[in-house]
Amino acid sequence: MKKNIANAIALTLLWIAAIVTVAVLGTVILYVFVNGIGELTPKFIFTWPEGVAAEGGIWPTIVSTMYVTVLAMVIVTPIAILAAVYLAEYAVQGRLVNTIRFAADSLASVPSIVMGLFGLALFVEAAGIGFSMLSAALALSFLMLPIVMRTTEEAIRAVPKYIRWGSYGLGATKWQVVSRSVLPASMPRIVTGIILATGRAVGETAVVIYTMGQAINLPITLFDSGRPMTVHLYLLAMEGINLPAAYGTALLLMILILTFNLGARYFLRRNRKV
Amino acid sequence: MASLPSIPTENKLRLVSRATHLKEIGLKNLFLVCACVAVAGVLLIFAFVGLRGWPAFAEVGPWSFLSGTEWNPTDGIFGILPLIWGTVVVMLGALVIGTPLAVGTAVFLSEIATPRVRAIVRPAVELLAGIPSVIYGFFGLIILRPIVANFTDGLGFGAVTAWFILAIMIVPTIATLSEDALRSVPPGIREASYAMGATTWQTIYKVLIPAAKIGIIDAIILGMGRAIGETMAVLMVVGNAPVFPESIAAPIATLTTQIVMDMPYAAGMHRTALFGMAIVLFLASMGLVALVRLMSRFQTSIESGR
Repeated sequence: MKKNIANAIALTLLWIAAIVTVAVLGTVILYVFVNGIGELTPKFIFTWPEGVAAEGGIWPTIVSTMYVTVLAMVIVTPIAILAAVYLAEYAVQGRLVNTIRFAADSLASVPSIVMGLFGLALFVEAAGIGFSMLSAALALSFLMLPIVMRTTEEAIRAVPKYIRWGSYGLGATKWQVVSRSVLPASMPRIVTGIILATGRAVGETAVVIYTMGQAINLPITLFDSGRPMTVHLYLLAMEGINLPAAYGTALLLMILILTFNLGARYFLRRNRKV
Repeated sequence: MASLPSIPTENKLRLVSRATHLKEIGLKNLFLVCACVAVAGVLLIFAFVGLRGWPAFAEVGPWSFLSGTEWNPTDGIFGILPLIWGTVVVMLGALVIGTPLAVGTAVFLSEIATPRVRAIVRPAVELLAGIPSVIYGFFGLIILRPIVANFTDGLGFGAVTAWFILAIMIVPTIATLSEDALRSVPPGIREASYAMGATTWQTIYKVLIPAAKIGIIDAIILGMGRAIGETMAVLMVVGNAPVFPESIAAPIATLTTQIVMDMPYAAGMHRTALFGMAIVLFLASMGLVALVRLMSRFQTSIESGR
């Protein structure tokens, strides 16, 4: 049976495609893990880099990454959720909604280097904020906005109609329906979307390098500059002078990202309502 | 025909107090403003990157800027064709390697995998998307580059290394979107094909892939966008020489990598030219998004015409 042989060959190839995909992920994670695990000591995490080859720890870079990520999340969350509420609950299909969707899709596909130069031109230079946590967080929030908007809109749309009808039936206004019924019901998925977008911001390099600067600095105020972990890893890897520290930084970065991703998944499974 | 009695509008109904009504209107407008932030973002990028980069087109001349074959900022020669060429070479190679892998994985996930296998592969694909590009670049630099160097006579910095790294990076984009497209094919079509005695493979390539064609092409176009815009991972493995390469293993540069290489010291017209390159990148990525939207509108009009 010729068609059965073709079938067997094709299915084998499809299995191989899937296995290769999983194997690549496994290889990258395992490789970084095996090489970096020896570096992860409390000293590495909690002390400052010293000397020309950045011996010692990476504490300021961890703080910079966390600082800017949390700040970007705080900026983007309210705007993105309310924008999604508009698109899912209020908007009438038409030219305006089409424009908003096109803009959000475009924003999602803007190359990160372009976003970096944009942040440099607008926030760092034109607005006079300088290389700072605030500039970087503002630029990152434009990167996160379409992601959070999309996941939130999907979450809101997944809330069953009868929940809304129940609220309206009790005499609720539109805002009461949205704020008391729809948003609480879709909250687990919204939170998951925010966590995933935040994970993206943690791993971003090209945006922050032009908005935060590269100075090793422990940021305190919004206007302090700093060096995030990704930029630190990039500089260490390209200079090639301190590979152990590069492995350690890469592993810590990977652990952060995996925590965000797996945490989002776990959270959703525990709390899923719709 | 007698005119219908006018339908009372929200205002005339007065189901709620005036204060509540005003609050509702105010909130609606607030949400609209938030939704327009995305539009404002695109316009701001246009304005600020555009203003900085426009002189590159105006003073070098749009044609000689885009088609100039020499990038030599120290002598004031700004031709970005070698960089566009580098971008295209790197993107095409990554697509050739990455697309079969990604579409294969998508077909596997939607048609072959049992729920248990799917529960492993699907999160793995999503995690691949989450790994930062700088880690891919690091991995490429340390692991892949020496392997490529063994097979070619260079140091391993060049298009080939970038192909493999980028191919991995575009797999999640293409695979998740293709899988969505395959899953949205109505199950009845599959069942009809199986009922006619088709094998799984015959059903896949004669029925499912044609039915999900537009969705899969969309996915590949968006993967293309990802490949054009990727910066750090490519930067760490291509070798960064803004020239037409002699071989696929020779150092090259792309639009994105040249921006990062030159930004630290660029000034004056050089810096303007870098912003000009950012305009090219931005327009290219927006063009791809517009293409995808046009195609989905085209598909909707076909389906509604049926």
